[in-house]
Amino acid sequence: MRLVTGIVKPFKLDDVKTALESFGVQGMTVSEVQGFGRQRGHTEVYRGAEYTVAFVPKVRIEVLVDDADVADVLEVMAKAAHTGSIGDGKVWSTPVDEVVRVRTGERGVEAL
Amino acid sequence: MEIDSGNTAWVLTSAALVLLMTPGLALFYGGMARSKSVLNMLMMSFSALGIISVLWVLYGYAIAFGATRGGLFGFTGGLLGLDDLAPDTVTAGLPDLAFAGFQLMFAVITVALISGAVADRMKFGSWVVFAALWATLVYFPVAHWVFNFGVLQDDGSFADGTGGWIVQRLGAIDFAGGTAVHINAGAAALALVLVLGKRKGFGREPMRPHNLPLVMLGAGLLWFGWFGFNAGSALGANGTAALALVNTQVATAAALLAWIGTERLRDGHATTLGAASGAVAGLVAITPACAAVKPVGALVIGLVAGGACALAVTLKHRLGYDDSLDVVGVHLVGGLVGTLMIGLVASESVAGRAGLLLGGGGGLLADQAVAAVAVCLYSFVVALLLAFAVKAVMGLRVSEEDEITGIDQTAHAESGYELTGIGAGGSSMLAAAGAATARPSSVEVH
Repeated sequence: MRLVTGIVKPFKLDDVKTALESFGVQGMTVSEVQGFGRQRGHTEVYRGAEYTVAFVPKVRIEVLVDDADVADVLEVMAKAAHTGSIGDGKVWSTPVDEVVRVRTGERGVEAL
Repeated sequence: MEIDSGNTAWVLTSAALVLLMTPGLALFYGGMARSKSVLNMLMMSFSALGIISVLWVLYGYAIAFGATRGGLFGFTGGLLGLDDLAPDTVTAGLPDLAFAGFQLMFAVITVALISGAVADRMKFGSWVVFAALWATLVYFPVAHWVFNFGVLQDDGSFADGTGGWIVQRLGAIDFAGGTAVHINAGAAALALVLVLGKRKGFGREPMRPHNLPLVMLGAGLLWFGWFGFNAGSALGANGTAALALVNTQVATAAALLAWIGTERLRDGHATTLGAASGAVAGLVAITPACAAVKPVGALVIGLVAGGACALAVTLKHRLGYDDSLDVVGVHLVGGLVGTLMIGLVASESVAGRAGLLLGGGGGLLADQAVAAVAVCLYSFVVALLLAFAVKAVMGLRVSEEDEITGIDQTAHAESGYELTGIGAGGSSMLAAAGAATARPSSVEVH
């Protein structure tokens, strides 16, 4: 099993969610986060003064998937989040040892 | 003398209107500060309501409106505690107590205005002491210079040598307090922040307003109350009050438009904060001039003030002083614009003297400049000395840790918003589970 994590532009959340649901993903967790990548931050002008905003708002999407689906889920998320401009974000996967469904006690792939 | 009930009713009402400006200012400043400092901003204004009202009754009125000592300050023993002012003590149809109550509100808000410059970082106790000392040594005497017309004689004129030096000897025009209130508070704010120093992160972090609806609510209350401030200064329900009211409205409207227009050109956006600041800049600038110009003159003053103040608020970044909520940029600069522009656009038919652009020569402009510079210099120098004195005796700034944690939590043991569980004592799931850090029941006083 793998945990797929995507950091994407906030306005792309709905597209990514729809694409993942169409693919057949059963659940996901989302959170609002801030950070920067190669784009660094950006500058803003307010009341005549220029400021560097170091951390840009992003959305983090986390999905637990079976090993067999990892490549597809990564592609689905990357495609749905794509705009082609800087700051589109990243998606990656990490190994997951064990998963337990709290209600039933099911383990492993059964719990996904 | 007979009490004029119409005039008295208007002055009493105006006093209540001006009172409301200070809570309005508290909201205006509170919304502009960061969320961790909103309560401290409110408390600086509310503490001014407390301290200055008490001092005014005890001795402030006696200094501002007692028998003059060379036009520089007043003193009449019987006015201590307003002791000699009976309900039937009447001047020109108006009970002296009504006038004393009306003027009390001016003293309160002038002191509260200063607090916008020191957001996030000034020890609350030091603010209280500074406010009391500055009111005593600066506001009360300067109110005497500007607002004390002297002793009224039977023929309706004021006896020579019995009034404040600016209003009587110099003859400068300051109808409702462009010098005594706005230049005065703005100059003191500048002096105080020079001694206090910049906030941590000033110039690097954006430090944007945390609650703009609060700012708009505050600006609305200020605008509303300002009709009492300006039209109430006519001290009567009469044509001068009506002129002041209309001029106040048109100047404020023009300044609002000028500010957001300037911003749109400079920064690309017309902001909510700009609309609120522009309105206040217009209110400030028209304050001294509201009974000295015709409505079109007021419109011009508003336009100039809105544009000038919108540009002036960036000076702090270029010159490196942290006037946090732009007291200098709005009140000092707006006060100077209004006071000096009287010398340009005063109308002889309403002011008795014409400005330079309306054929009156440069005499009035020179008198206005003397009044503006005198108040500015006096307030700045005394505020600077007071700031150094308070710093030496009790310190001015909270510790770096307290400033970063937030002055609401460290100085007042409260937070403006209980929205999150961890560390804020809110009612979230985390707090219910005992994961939130308990708030200390007593907070160390620094």
